[in-house]
Amino acid sequence: MTAPAVHPRAFPGGRALSRRSALFGGLCLCCLPTLGRAAESFTMAEVGPGIFVRKGLIADATPENADAIANIGFIVGQNGVLVTESGGSLADGQWLRAEIVERTQKPITHVVLTHVHPDHVFGAGAFVQDKPVFIGHAKLTEALSARGEFYRKRLIDLLGEDRTGPVVYPTMTVADTAEIDLGDRRLTFTAHGPAHTTSDLSMIDSGSGLLFPADLLFVNRIPSLDGSLKGWLTEVERLKAMGPTRAVPGHGPVVVDLAPALADLTGYLTTLRDGTRAAIAKDVSIEKAVDTVARDQRDKWALFDTYNGRNVTVAYQELEWE
Amino acid sequence: MTFRIGQTLSSLALGLAVATTALTPVAWAAGASDTDQERAARWQEIAKSIFGDRQIAQTDSLVKIDAPARALDAALVPITLTMPNDGQIKAVSLIIDDNPAPYAAKFEFGPAADPAELKLRVRVNNYTDMHAVVETQDGKLYEAKQFVKASGGCSAPMGMSDEEAMKGMGDMRMKFAETGAGKPVEATLMVRHPNFSGMQMNQVSREYTPARYIDKLTVSAGDQKVFTLTGDISIASNPVINFAFKPDGKPIQVAASDNQGGHWQHSFNPPAPTN
Ligand SMILES: [Zn+2]
Repeated sequence: MTAPAVHPRAFPGGRALSRRSALFGGLCLCCLPTLGRAAESFTMAEVGPGIFVRKGLIADATPENADAIANIGFIVGQNGVLVTESGGSLADGQWLRAEIVERTQKPITHVVLTHVHPDHVFGAGAFVQDKPVFIGHAKLTEALSARGEFYRKRLIDLLGEDRTGPVVYPTMTVADTAEIDLGDRRLTFTAHGPAHTTSDLSMIDSGSGLLFPADLLFVNRIPSLDGSLKGWLTEVERLKAMGPTRAVPGHGPVVVDLAPALADLTGYLTTLRDGTRAAIAKDVSIEKAVDTVARDQRDKWALFDTYNGRNVTVAYQELEWE
Repeated sequence: MTFRIGQTLSSLALGLAVATTALTPVAWAAGASDTDQERAARWQEIAKSIFGDRQIAQTDSLVKIDAPARALDAALVPITLTMPNDGQIKAVSLIIDDNPAPYAAKFEFGPAADPAELKLRVRVNNYTDMHAVVETQDGKLYEAKQFVKASGGCSAPMGMSDEEAMKGMGDMRMKFAETGAGKPVEATLMVRHPNFSGMQMNQVSREYTPARYIDKLTVSAGDQKVFTLTGDISIASNPVINFAFKPDGKPIQVAASDNQGGHWQHSFNPPAPTN
Protein backbone atom coordinates (compact mmCIF):
# COMPACT_ATOMS: atom_id res chain seq x y z
CA MET A 1 0.00 0.00 0.00
CA THR A 2 1.22 3.43 -0.81
CA ALA A 3 -1.56 5.11 1.08
CA PRO A 4 -3.54 3.96 4.07
CA ALA A 5 -6.74 2.13 3.29
CA VAL A 6 -9.71 4.32 3.87
CA HIS A 7 -12.84 3.17 5.56
CA PRO A 8 -15.91 4.73 3.97
CA ARG A 9 -17.44 5.66 7.30
CA ALA A 10 -14.17 6.94 8.70
CA PHE A 11 -13.31 9.11 5.74
CA PRO A 12 -13.34 12.63 7.05
CA GLY A 13 -12.53 14.26 3.72
CA GLY A 14 -15.61 12.98 1.97
CA ARG A 15 -18.23 14.80 3.95
CA ALA A 16 -16.19 17.90 4.72
CA LEU A 17 -15.24 18.33 1.11
CA SER A 18 -18.79 17.86 -0.04
CA ARG A 19 -19.98 20.49 2.37
CA ARG A 20 -17.32 22.95 1.34
CA SER A 21 -17.70 22.36 -2.37
CA ALA A 22 -21.45 22.57 -1.93
CA LEU A 23 -21.11 26.04 -0.44
CA PHE A 24 -18.90 27.24 -3.23
CA GLY A 25 -21.10 25.52 -5.76
CA GLY A 26 -24.10 27.36 -4.41
CA LEU A 27 -22.35 30.68 -4.88
CA CYS A 28 -20.92 30.19 -8.29
CA LEU A 29 -21.79 27.32 -10.53
CA CYS A 30 -21.36 29.36 -13.68
CA CYS A 31 -17.83 30.69 -13.28
CA LEU A 32 -16.02 28.22 -15.44
CA PRO A 33 -13.41 26.95 -15.48
CA THR A 34 -13.06 27.26 -11.73
CA LEU A 35 -15.72 24.57 -11.26
CA GLY A 36 -16.97 26.50 -8.29
CA ARG A 37 -14.68 24.66 -5.96
CA ALA A 38 -12.33 25.75 -3.26
CA ALA A 39 -9.16 26.50 -5.15
CA GLU A 40 -6.95 24.48 -2.86
CA SER A 41 -9.04 21.37 -3.31
CA PHE A 42 -7.71 20.86 -6.83
CA THR A 43 -4.14 21.24 -7.89
CA MET A 44 -2.00 19.56 -10.49
CA ALA A 45 0.78 17.39 -9.05
CA GLU A 46 3.91 16.94 -11.17
CA VAL A 47 4.39 13.20 -10.87
CA GLY A 48 7.21 12.93 -13.41
CA PRO A 49 9.12 15.25 -15.77
CA GLY A 50 6.42 17.17 -17.64
CA ILE A 51 3.65 14.91 -16.28
CA PHE A 52 0.84 16.58 -14.35
CA VAL A 53 -2.02 14.79 -12.60
CA ARG A 54 -5.07 16.07 -10.74
CA LYS A 55 -6.42 13.73 -8.06
CA GLY A 56 -10.14 13.07 -8.46
CA LEU A 57 -12.54 13.15 -5.54
CA ILE A 58 -13.37 9.85 -3.91
CA ALA A 59 -17.08 10.50 -4.40
CA ASP A 60 -19.89 10.12 -6.89
CA ALA A 61 -20.89 12.82 -9.34
CA THR A 62 -22.88 15.67 -7.81
CA PRO A 63 -23.95 19.08 -9.14
CA GLU A 64 -21.26 20.64 -6.98
CA ASN A 65 -18.29 18.51 -7.99
CA ALA A 66 -18.96 18.52 -11.75
CA ASP A 67 -18.07 14.82 -11.86
CA ALA A 68 -14.41 15.65 -11.17
CA ILE A 69 -13.86 12.26 -9.61
CA ALA A 70 -11.21 10.63 -11.81
CA ASN A 71 -7.49 11.27 -11.86
CA ILE A 72 -6.92 13.38 -14.94
CA GLY A 73 -3.87 15.09 -16.40
CA PHE A 74 -1.47 15.71 -19.24
CA ILE A 75 2.04 15.08 -20.51
CA VAL A 76 4.08 17.88 -22.08
CA GLY A 77 6.23 16.54 -24.89
CA GLN A 78 8.65 18.30 -27.20
CA ASN A 79 6.10 18.59 -30.00
CA GLY A 80 2.90 18.95 -28.08
CA VAL A 81 0.70 18.05 -25.17
CA LEU A 82 -1.05 14.72 -24.67
CA VAL A 83 -4.05 14.71 -22.34
CA THR A 84 -3.95 11.44 -20.41
CA GLU A 85 -7.56 11.71 -19.16
CA SER A 86 -9.92 14.49 -20.08
CA GLY A 87 -12.26 14.75 -17.09
CA GLY A 88 -15.79 13.88 -16.06
CA SER A 89 -17.68 16.75 -17.69
CA LEU A 90 -17.17 19.61 -20.09
CA ALA A 91 -16.64 21.81 -17.02
CA ASP A 92 -14.00 19.46 -15.65
CA GLY A 93 -12.29 19.35 -19.07
CA GLN A 94 -12.32 23.15 -19.32
CA TRP A 95 -10.70 23.36 -15.93
CA LEU A 96 -7.97 20.97 -17.09
CA ARG A 97 -7.46 22.86 -20.34
CA ALA A 98 -6.95 26.09 -18.38
CA GLU A 99 -4.32 24.34 -16.26
CA ILE A 100 -2.52 23.23 -19.43
CA VAL A 101 -2.62 26.62 -21.11
CA GLU A 102 -1.22 28.18 -17.95
CA ARG A 103 1.84 25.93 -18.08
CA THR A 104 2.71 25.62 -21.74
CA GLN A 105 2.09 27.20 -25.10
CA LYS A 106 2.58 23.93 -26.94
CA PRO A 107 -0.40 22.67 -28.92
CA ILE A 108 -2.69 20.04 -27.43
CA THR A 109 -2.18 17.30 -30.01
CA HIS A 110 -3.62 14.18 -28.37
CA VAL A 111 -6.45 13.38 -25.97
CA VAL A 112 -6.79 9.84 -24.62
CA LEU A 113 -10.26 8.40 -24.03
CA THR A 114 -9.30 5.58 -21.66
CA HIS A 115 -12.69 3.84 -21.59
CA VAL A 116 -16.43 4.40 -21.88
CA HIS A 117 -17.20 5.66 -18.37
CA PRO A 118 -18.49 9.23 -18.13
CA ASP A 119 -15.99 10.38 -15.50
CA HIS A 120 -13.26 9.65 -18.07
CA VAL A 121 -14.70 10.93 -21.34
CA PHE A 122 -16.97 13.92 -20.88
CA GLY A 123 -14.02 16.29 -20.42
CA ALA A 124 -13.08 15.65 -24.07
CA GLY A 125 -15.56 18.27 -25.29
CA ALA A 126 -13.27 20.99 -23.89
CA PHE A 127 -10.51 19.97 -26.31
CA VAL A 128 -12.47 19.74 -29.56
CA GLN A 129 -11.34 23.32 -30.38
CA ASP A 130 -7.71 22.13 -30.34
CA LYS A 131 -8.45 19.52 -33.02
CA PRO A 132 -6.33 16.86 -31.33
CA VAL A 133 -6.24 13.16 -32.15
CA PHE A 134 -8.73 11.47 -29.83
CA ILE A 135 -7.26 8.06 -29.03
CA GLY A 136 -9.44 5.17 -27.87
CA HIS A 137 -9.83 1.40 -27.76
CA ALA A 138 -11.17 -0.21 -30.95
CA LYS A 139 -14.33 -1.16 -29.02
CA LEU A 140 -14.86 2.32 -27.60
CA THR A 141 -16.88 3.68 -30.51
CA GLU A 142 -19.39 0.87 -30.16
CA ALA A 143 -19.55 1.25 -26.39
CA LEU A 144 -20.06 5.02 -26.65
CA SER A 145 -22.73 4.45 -29.29
CA ALA A 146 -24.66 2.26 -26.92
CA ARG A 147 -24.19 4.27 -23.76
CA GLY A 148 -22.95 7.77 -24.53
CA GLU A 149 -26.34 9.45 -24.83
CA PHE A 150 -27.65 7.53 -21.82
CA TYR A 151 -24.77 8.83 -19.72
CA ARG A 152 -25.10 12.33 -21.17
CA LYS A 153 -28.78 12.62 -20.28
CA ARG A 154 -28.10 11.61 -16.72
CA LEU A 155 -25.16 13.97 -16.47
CA ILE A 156 -27.33 16.79 -17.85
CA ASP A 157 -29.90 16.06 -15.14
CA LEU A 158 -27.13 16.58 -12.65
CA LEU A 159 -25.02 19.40 -14.12
CA GLY A 160 -27.13 21.01 -16.81
CA GLU A 161 -26.42 20.83 -20.53
CA ASP A 162 -23.81 23.62 -20.59
CA ARG A 163 -21.52 21.93 -18.11
CA THR A 164 -21.99 18.38 -19.45
CA GLY A 165 -20.77 18.68 -23.03
CA PRO A 166 -21.00 16.34 -26.01
CA VAL A 167 -20.12 12.69 -26.45
CA VAL A 168 -16.74 12.75 -28.23
CA TYR A 169 -15.74 9.73 -30.29
CA PRO A 170 -12.18 8.50 -30.90
CA THR A 171 -10.54 9.54 -34.17
CA MET A 172 -7.73 7.01 -33.76
CA THR A 173 -8.55 3.56 -32.47
CA VAL A 174 -6.25 0.93 -31.03
CA ALA A 175 -7.11 -2.73 -31.57
CA ASP A 176 -3.89 -4.18 -30.17
CA THR A 177 -1.02 -1.77 -29.53
CA ALA A 178 -0.03 1.63 -30.90
CA GLU A 179 2.64 4.24 -30.38
CA ILE A 180 2.57 8.04 -30.33
CA ASP A 181 5.81 10.02 -30.62
CA LEU A 182 5.85 13.41 -28.91
CA GLY A 183 9.43 14.08 -30.05
CA ASP A 184 11.30 13.52 -26.81
CA ARG A 185 9.11 10.69 -25.53
CA ARG A 186 6.95 7.89 -26.89
CA LEU A 187 3.63 6.73 -25.52
CA THR A 188 2.80 3.06 -26.02
CA PHE A 189 -0.87 2.09 -25.91
CA THR A 190 -2.34 -1.32 -25.20
CA ALA A 191 -5.96 -2.24 -25.92
CA HIS A 192 -7.09 -4.69 -23.25
CA GLY A 193 -9.66 -7.47 -23.37
CA PRO A 194 -12.91 -7.14 -21.37
CA ALA A 195 -11.88 -6.22 -17.82
CA HIS A 196 -13.03 -3.10 -15.95
CA THR A 197 -15.07 -2.35 -19.09
CA THR A 198 -14.94 -3.68 -22.65
CA SER A 199 -12.93 -0.64 -23.82
CA ASP A 200 -9.94 -0.32 -21.46
CA LEU A 201 -6.85 1.32 -22.95
CA SER A 202 -3.57 1.59 -21.01
CA MET A 203 -0.48 3.64 -21.80
CA ILE A 204 3.21 3.67 -20.85
CA ASP A 205 5.35 6.79 -21.11
CA SER A 206 8.90 6.11 -22.28
CA GLY A 207 10.15 9.32 -20.67
CA SER A 208 9.26 8.40 -17.11
CA GLY A 209 8.47 4.70 -17.33
CA LEU A 210 5.12 5.49 -15.71
CA LEU A 211 2.14 3.27 -16.48
CA PHE A 212 -1.27 4.88 -17.03
CA PRO A 213 -3.65 1.95 -16.50
CA ALA A 214 -6.74 4.21 -16.07
CA ASP A 215 -9.51 2.26 -14.35
CA LEU A 216 -7.73 -1.05 -14.72
CA LEU A 217 -6.21 0.15 -11.44
CA PHE A 218 -8.29 1.49 -8.56
CA VAL A 219 -6.50 2.48 -5.34
CA ASN A 220 -8.44 3.10 -2.10
CA ARG A 221 -11.70 3.53 -4.01
CA ILE A 222 -13.53 0.24 -4.50
CA PRO A 223 -13.06 -1.08 -8.06
CA SER A 224 -16.24 -1.09 -10.11
CA LEU A 225 -16.84 -4.07 -12.38
CA ASP A 226 -18.47 -3.39 -15.73
CA GLY A 227 -16.70 -5.76 -18.12
CA SER A 228 -15.44 -9.17 -17.08
CA LEU A 229 -14.19 -10.26 -13.68
CA LYS A 230 -12.12 -13.13 -15.04
CA GLY A 231 -10.88 -10.90 -17.84
CA TRP A 232 -9.80 -8.21 -15.39
CA LEU A 233 -7.66 -10.68 -13.46
CA THR A 234 -6.06 -11.73 -16.76
CA GLU A 235 -5.34 -8.12 -17.74
CA VAL A 236 -3.76 -7.45 -14.33
CA GLU A 237 -1.19 -10.11 -15.18
CA ARG A 238 -0.62 -8.43 -18.51
CA LEU A 239 0.00 -5.07 -16.82
CA LYS A 240 2.55 -6.71 -14.54
CA ALA A 241 4.29 -8.32 -17.50
CA MET A 242 4.74 -4.91 -19.11
CA GLY A 243 7.26 -4.26 -16.37
CA PRO A 244 6.55 -0.76 -15.03
CA THR A 245 7.10 -0.14 -11.33
CA ARG A 246 4.97 2.95 -10.82
CA ALA A 247 1.56 3.96 -12.09
CA VAL A 248 -1.07 6.69 -12.16
CA PRO A 249 -4.29 4.93 -11.15
CA GLY A 250 -7.70 5.94 -12.50
CA HIS A 251 -8.86 6.65 -8.96
CA GLY A 252 -6.82 7.12 -5.80
CA PRO A 253 -3.42 8.78 -5.24
CA VAL A 254 -1.86 10.51 -8.24
CA VAL A 255 0.98 8.01 -8.35
CA VAL A 256 1.57 4.65 -6.66
CA ASP A 257 4.00 1.74 -6.60
CA LEU A 258 2.44 -0.70 -9.01
CA ALA A 259 3.08 -4.07 -7.34
CA PRO A 260 1.35 -3.44 -3.98
CA ALA A 261 -1.50 -1.53 -5.65
CA LEU A 262 -2.14 -4.42 -8.04
CA ALA A 263 -1.92 -6.84 -5.12
CA ASP A 264 -4.72 -4.97 -3.33
CA LEU A 265 -6.83 -4.85 -6.49
CA THR A 266 -6.26 -8.55 -7.13
CA GLY A 267 -7.14 -9.24 -3.50
CA TYR A 268 -10.54 -7.66 -3.97
CA LEU A 269 -11.22 -9.18 -7.39
CA THR A 270 -10.27 -12.72 -6.34
CA THR A 271 -12.34 -12.42 -3.15
CA LEU A 272 -15.25 -11.26 -5.28
CA ARG A 273 -14.72 -14.10 -7.76
CA ASP A 274 -14.26 -16.87 -5.20
CA GLY A 275 -17.09 -15.66 -2.97
CA THR A 276 -19.49 -15.37 -5.90
CA ARG A 277 -18.49 -18.79 -7.24
CA ALA A 278 -19.05 -20.34 -3.81
CA ALA A 279 -22.45 -18.67 -3.54
CA ILE A 280 -23.48 -19.99 -6.96
CA ALA A 281 -22.22 -23.49 -6.10
CA LYS A 282 -24.25 -23.47 -2.89
CA ASP A 283 -27.36 -22.13 -4.66
CA VAL A 284 -27.19 -18.91 -2.70
CA SER A 285 -29.47 -16.50 -4.54
CA ILE A 286 -28.16 -13.32 -6.11
CA GLU A 287 -30.02 -11.15 -3.57
CA LYS A 288 -28.38 -12.96 -0.67
CA ALA A 289 -25.00 -13.00 -2.38
CA VAL A 290 -24.92 -9.20 -2.69
CA ASP A 291 -25.07 -8.95 1.10
CA THR A 292 -22.54 -11.63 1.89
CA VAL A 293 -19.82 -11.83 -0.77
CA ALA A 294 -16.51 -10.00 -0.18
CA ARG A 295 -17.63 -8.49 3.13
CA ASP A 296 -14.16 -8.97 4.58
CA GLN A 297 -12.92 -6.39 2.05
CA ARG A 298 -15.23 -3.72 3.44
CA ASP A 299 -12.70 -1.91 5.62
CA LYS A 300 -10.18 -1.72 2.80
CA TRP A 301 -12.15 0.34 0.30
CA ALA A 302 -13.96 3.68 0.20
CA LEU A 303 -17.52 3.56 -1.20
CA PHE A 304 -17.67 -0.18 -0.54
CA ASP A 305 -21.34 -0.07 0.44
CA THR A 306 -22.24 1.81 -2.73
CA TYR A 307 -20.54 -0.51 -5.21
CA ASN A 308 -19.84 -3.95 -3.77
CA GLY A 309 -23.41 -5.20 -4.17
CA ARG A 310 -23.42 -4.05 -7.78
CA ASN A 311 -20.10 -5.78 -8.41
CA VAL A 312 -21.50 -9.01 -6.98
CA THR A 313 -24.52 -8.68 -9.27
CA VAL A 314 -22.28 -8.31 -12.32
CA ALA A 315 -19.93 -11.10 -11.21
CA TYR A 316 -22.85 -13.44 -10.49
CA GLN A 317 -24.21 -13.07 -14.02
CA GLU A 318 -20.79 -13.76 -15.49
CA LEU A 319 -19.97 -16.75 -13.30
CA GLU A 320 -23.36 -18.48 -13.17
CA TRP A 321 -22.88 -19.60 -16.78
CA GLU A 322 -19.49 -21.23 -16.06
CA MET B 1 -29.55 22.91 1.80
CA THR B 2 -27.37 22.56 -1.23
CA PHE B 3 -25.39 20.07 0.75
CA ARG B 4 -28.47 18.06 1.47
CA ILE B 5 -29.49 17.98 -2.18
CA GLY B 6 -26.04 16.72 -3.10
CA GLN B 7 -26.28 13.95 -0.58
CA THR B 8 -29.71 12.90 -1.72
CA LEU B 9 -28.55 12.68 -5.31
CA SER B 10 -25.58 10.67 -4.22
CA SER B 11 -27.71 8.10 -2.51
CA LEU B 12 -29.77 7.72 -5.66
CA ALA B 13 -26.68 6.39 -7.39
CA LEU B 14 -27.80 2.97 -6.26
CA GLY B 15 -30.64 3.08 -8.72
CA LEU B 16 -28.50 3.43 -11.80
CA ALA B 17 -28.86 0.70 -14.28
CA VAL B 18 -25.46 0.77 -15.86
CA ALA B 19 -22.37 0.22 -13.82
CA THR B 20 -20.16 3.23 -13.68
CA THR B 21 -17.77 4.67 -11.22
CA ALA B 22 -19.03 8.04 -11.97
CA LEU B 23 -22.51 8.90 -12.49
CA THR B 24 -25.25 9.62 -10.10
CA PRO B 25 -28.57 9.12 -11.79
CA VAL B 26 -31.39 11.40 -11.00
CA ALA B 27 -34.75 9.83 -10.49
CA TRP B 28 -36.72 12.94 -11.18
CA ALA B 29 -38.75 11.07 -13.73
CA ALA B 30 -42.48 10.96 -13.28
CA GLY B 31 -43.37 8.40 -10.69
CA ALA B 32 -40.64 9.14 -8.18
CA SER B 33 -42.68 11.79 -6.41
CA ASP B 34 -46.20 10.45 -6.89
CA THR B 35 -48.48 10.33 -3.88
CA ASP B 36 -49.93 7.13 -2.47
CA GLN B 37 -53.30 8.14 -3.87
CA GLU B 38 -51.88 8.58 -7.36
CA ARG B 39 -50.22 5.17 -7.12
CA ALA B 40 -53.43 3.55 -5.88
CA ALA B 41 -55.41 5.11 -8.72
CA ARG B 42 -52.91 3.86 -11.27
CA TRP B 43 -53.10 0.36 -9.83
CA GLN B 44 -56.90 0.43 -10.03
CA GLU B 45 -56.62 1.25 -13.70
CA ILE B 46 -54.03 -1.45 -14.43
CA ALA B 47 -55.90 -4.09 -12.41
CA LYS B 48 -59.04 -3.32 -14.35
CA SER B 49 -57.27 -3.67 -17.69
CA ILE B 50 -55.89 -7.07 -16.69
CA PHE B 51 -58.59 -8.60 -14.49
CA GLY B 52 -61.65 -6.70 -15.62
CA ASP B 53 -64.25 -6.16 -12.92
CA ARG B 54 -63.16 -9.11 -10.79
CA GLN B 55 -62.70 -8.39 -7.09
CA ILE B 56 -59.14 -8.52 -5.77
CA ALA B 57 -58.79 -8.98 -2.01
CA GLN B 58 -55.70 -8.00 -0.03
CA THR B 59 -53.60 -10.80 1.40
CA ASP B 60 -50.49 -11.13 3.53
CA SER B 61 -50.60 -14.90 3.61
CA LEU B 62 -51.42 -16.27 0.16
CA VAL B 63 -48.64 -14.41 -1.62
CA LYS B 64 -45.74 -12.25 -0.51
CA ILE B 65 -43.30 -10.24 -2.65
CA ASP B 66 -39.69 -9.88 -1.63
CA ALA B 67 -37.76 -7.29 -3.58
CA PRO B 68 -34.94 -4.97 -2.59
CA ALA B 69 -36.37 -1.65 -1.37
CA ARG B 70 -33.68 0.04 -3.45
CA ALA B 71 -32.38 -1.86 -6.45
CA LEU B 72 -28.60 -2.18 -6.88
CA ASP B 73 -29.09 -2.69 -10.59
CA ALA B 74 -32.37 -1.54 -12.12
CA ALA B 75 -31.86 -3.89 -15.08
CA LEU B 76 -31.67 -6.88 -12.76
CA VAL B 77 -33.95 -6.71 -9.74
CA PRO B 78 -34.31 -10.06 -8.02
CA ILE B 79 -37.88 -10.90 -6.97
CA THR B 80 -39.08 -13.71 -4.74
CA LEU B 81 -42.76 -14.67 -4.64
CA THR B 82 -43.69 -16.80 -1.65
CA MET B 83 -46.94 -18.76 -1.78
CA PRO B 84 -46.99 -21.10 1.20
CA ASN B 85 -50.45 -22.62 0.62
CA ASP B 86 -49.60 -25.58 -1.55
CA GLY B 87 -52.41 -26.79 -3.72
CA GLN B 88 -54.45 -23.60 -3.45
CA ILE B 89 -52.65 -21.49 -6.03
CA LYS B 90 -53.62 -21.74 -9.67
CA ALA B 91 -51.67 -18.79 -11.06
CA VAL B 92 -49.63 -15.76 -10.02
CA SER B 93 -49.13 -12.51 -11.93
CA LEU B 94 -46.41 -9.96 -11.32
CA ILE B 95 -47.20 -6.38 -12.23
CA ILE B 96 -44.68 -3.53 -12.08
CA ASP B 97 -47.05 -0.58 -12.09
CA ASP B 98 -44.79 2.12 -13.50
CA ASN B 99 -42.96 0.06 -16.09
CA PRO B 100 -43.77 0.87 -19.73
CA ALA B 101 -45.36 -2.59 -20.00
CA PRO B 102 -46.56 -3.15 -16.41
CA TYR B 103 -47.68 -6.75 -16.79
CA ALA B 104 -44.29 -8.40 -16.28
CA ALA B 105 -45.11 -12.08 -15.93
CA LYS B 106 -47.84 -14.60 -15.36
CA PHE B 107 -47.15 -18.11 -14.08
CA GLU B 108 -49.90 -20.71 -14.49
CA PHE B 109 -49.18 -23.79 -12.43
CA GLY B 110 -49.82 -27.39 -13.40
CA PRO B 111 -50.15 -30.57 -11.33
CA ALA B 112 -46.37 -31.07 -11.04
CA ALA B 113 -45.81 -27.61 -9.55
CA ASP B 114 -44.87 -26.74 -6.03
CA PRO B 115 -45.48 -23.00 -6.13
CA ALA B 116 -44.27 -22.35 -2.57
CA GLU B 117 -41.44 -20.15 -3.80
CA LEU B 118 -40.68 -18.62 -7.16
CA LYS B 119 -37.78 -16.35 -8.05
CA LEU B 120 -37.23 -14.27 -11.14
CA ARG B 121 -35.28 -11.18 -12.19
CA VAL B 122 -36.95 -8.13 -13.63
CA ARG B 123 -36.23 -4.66 -14.97
CA VAL B 124 -37.60 -1.69 -13.08
CA ASN B 125 -37.86 1.59 -14.92
CA ASN B 126 -39.06 3.89 -12.17
CA TYR B 127 -39.91 4.21 -8.51
CA THR B 128 -42.90 1.93 -8.47
CA ASP B 129 -45.35 -0.25 -6.66
CA MET B 130 -45.06 -3.88 -7.59
CA HIS B 131 -48.11 -6.13 -7.28
CA ALA B 132 -48.40 -9.90 -7.12
CA VAL B 133 -51.88 -11.22 -7.79
CA VAL B 134 -52.64 -14.89 -7.13
CA GLU B 135 -55.61 -16.79 -8.41
CA THR B 136 -56.70 -19.60 -6.11
CA GLN B 137 -58.21 -22.88 -7.30
CA ASP B 138 -61.68 -21.56 -6.49
CA GLY B 139 -61.14 -18.69 -8.91
CA LYS B 140 -60.62 -15.87 -6.41
CA LEU B 141 -57.97 -13.16 -6.71
CA TYR B 142 -55.69 -11.86 -3.96
CA GLU B 143 -53.03 -9.17 -4.15
CA ALA B 144 -49.88 -8.21 -2.29
CA LYS B 145 -47.78 -5.11 -2.89
CA GLN B 146 -44.24 -3.81 -2.49
CA PHE B 147 -42.63 -0.48 -3.32
CA VAL B 148 -39.29 -0.53 -5.14
CA LYS B 149 -36.88 2.31 -5.84
CA ALA B 150 -35.04 1.94 -9.12
CA SER B 151 -34.79 3.84 -12.38
CA GLY B 152 -33.84 3.29 -15.99
CA GLY B 153 -33.96 -0.52 -15.97
CA CYS B 154 -35.84 -0.84 -19.24
CA SER B 155 -33.85 1.67 -21.28
CA ALA B 156 -30.45 0.77 -19.82
CA PRO B 157 -28.14 -0.22 -22.65
CA MET B 158 -26.53 -3.62 -22.35
CA GLY B 159 -22.78 -3.74 -21.90
CA MET B 160 -22.28 -5.23 -25.36
CA SER B 161 -23.42 -5.04 -28.96
CA ASP B 162 -26.76 -6.52 -29.99
CA GLU B 163 -24.93 -9.27 -31.89
CA GLU B 164 -22.92 -10.18 -28.82
CA ALA B 165 -26.01 -10.07 -26.62
CA MET B 166 -27.72 -12.55 -28.96
CA LYS B 167 -24.86 -15.06 -28.90
CA GLY B 168 -26.06 -18.48 -27.82
CA MET B 169 -29.68 -17.34 -27.82
CA GLY B 170 -31.92 -20.16 -26.64
CA ASP B 171 -29.20 -22.05 -24.75
CA MET B 172 -30.51 -23.33 -21.43
CA ARG B 173 -29.18 -24.78 -18.24
CA MET B 174 -30.93 -26.29 -15.29
CA LYS B 175 -29.53 -26.82 -11.83
CA PHE B 176 -31.22 -29.00 -9.23
CA ALA B 177 -30.81 -28.62 -5.49
CA GLU B 178 -30.27 -31.77 -3.44
CA THR B 179 -33.44 -33.07 -2.02
CA GLY B 180 -34.89 -35.91 0.04
CA ALA B 181 -37.05 -38.67 -1.44
CA GLY B 182 -40.66 -37.68 -1.94
CA LYS B 183 -39.91 -33.98 -1.42
CA PRO B 184 -40.32 -31.29 -4.08
CA VAL B 185 -37.15 -30.57 -6.02
CA GLU B 186 -35.85 -27.01 -6.26
CA ALA B 187 -34.59 -26.11 -9.70
CA THR B 188 -32.94 -23.11 -11.36
CA LEU B 189 -33.64 -22.59 -15.04
CA MET B 190 -31.27 -20.32 -16.95
CA VAL B 191 -32.07 -19.17 -20.49
CA ARG B 192 -29.71 -17.27 -22.78
CA HIS B 193 -31.78 -14.53 -24.35
CA PRO B 194 -31.21 -10.76 -24.50
CA ASN B 195 -34.88 -10.01 -23.84
CA PHE B 196 -34.47 -6.69 -25.66
CA SER B 197 -36.96 -4.23 -24.23
CA GLY B 198 -37.38 -2.14 -27.39
CA MET B 199 -36.26 0.89 -25.36
CA GLN B 200 -32.53 0.40 -25.73
CA MET B 201 -31.17 2.78 -28.32
CA ASN B 202 -28.22 2.36 -30.61
CA GLN B 203 -26.89 5.88 -31.20
CA VAL B 204 -24.97 5.03 -34.36
CA SER B 205 -28.02 3.77 -36.20
CA ARG B 206 -30.21 6.16 -34.19
CA GLU B 207 -32.65 3.33 -33.86
CA TYR B 208 -34.04 1.36 -31.00
CA THR B 209 -33.11 -2.28 -30.93
CA PRO B 210 -36.50 -3.93 -31.61
CA ALA B 211 -38.13 -5.62 -28.65
CA ARG B 212 -37.31 -9.30 -28.65
CA TYR B 213 -38.33 -11.17 -25.54
CA ILE B 214 -39.40 -14.60 -24.29
CA ASP B 215 -43.19 -14.49 -24.41
CA LYS B 216 -43.96 -18.11 -23.54
CA LEU B 217 -42.04 -20.66 -21.54
CA THR B 218 -43.42 -24.01 -20.44
CA VAL B 219 -41.78 -26.37 -17.98
CA SER B 220 -43.07 -29.94 -17.62
CA ALA B 221 -42.03 -32.92 -15.53
CA GLY B 222 -42.72 -35.87 -17.78
CA ASP B 223 -46.26 -35.31 -19.08
CA GLN B 224 -47.26 -33.14 -16.16
CA LYS B 225 -47.06 -29.38 -16.44
CA VAL B 226 -45.04 -27.51 -13.81
CA PHE B 227 -45.85 -24.05 -15.08
CA THR B 228 -46.37 -21.90 -18.13
CA LEU B 229 -44.81 -18.45 -18.00
CA THR B 230 -46.18 -15.63 -20.12
CA GLY B 231 -43.44 -13.00 -20.20
CA ASP B 232 -42.79 -9.50 -21.42
CA ILE B 233 -40.05 -6.88 -21.73
CA SER B 234 -39.83 -6.40 -17.96
CA ILE B 235 -38.02 -9.71 -17.53
CA ALA B 236 -34.25 -9.14 -17.31
CA SER B 237 -31.91 -10.36 -20.05
CA ASN B 238 -30.74 -13.96 -19.75
CA PRO B 239 -33.79 -14.95 -17.70
CA VAL B 240 -33.22 -17.05 -14.59
CA ILE B 241 -36.18 -18.65 -12.81
CA ASN B 242 -36.08 -20.61 -9.57
CA PHE B 243 -39.01 -22.91 -8.94
CA ALA B 244 -39.89 -26.24 -7.34
CA PHE B 245 -41.62 -29.29 -8.78
CA LYS B 246 -42.83 -32.72 -7.72
CA PRO B 247 -40.48 -35.24 -9.31
CA ASP B 248 -41.68 -38.45 -10.86
CA GLY B 249 -38.32 -39.56 -12.25
CA LYS B 250 -39.02 -38.36 -15.78
CA PRO B 251 -36.97 -35.67 -17.52
CA ILE B 252 -37.84 -32.02 -17.21
CA GLN B 253 -38.88 -30.50 -20.53
CA VAL B 254 -38.55 -26.81 -21.26
CA ALA B 255 -40.07 -25.14 -24.31
CA ALA B 256 -39.54 -21.44 -24.88
CA SER B 257 -40.59 -19.08 -27.62
CA ASP B 258 -40.06 -15.39 -28.23
CA ASN B 259 -42.17 -12.70 -29.87
CA GLN B 260 -40.13 -12.88 -33.09
CA GLY B 261 -40.77 -16.53 -33.78
CA GLY B 262 -37.76 -18.01 -31.99
CA HIS B 263 -38.47 -21.40 -30.50
CA TRP B 264 -36.25 -23.58 -28.32
CA GLN B 265 -36.64 -26.88 -26.52
CA HIS B 266 -34.43 -28.61 -23.99
CA SER B 267 -34.67 -31.62 -21.74
CA PHE B 268 -32.96 -32.06 -18.37
CA ASN B 269 -32.57 -35.10 -16.14
CA PRO B 270 -33.25 -34.36 -12.50
CA PRO B 271 -31.01 -36.14 -10.00
CA ALA B 272 -32.28 -39.42 -8.60
CA PRO B 273 -33.78 -38.73 -5.19
CA THR B 274 -31.45 -39.50 -2.31
CA ASN B 275 -32.68 -40.72 1.03
ZN1 LIG C 1 -14.31 3.39 -15.09
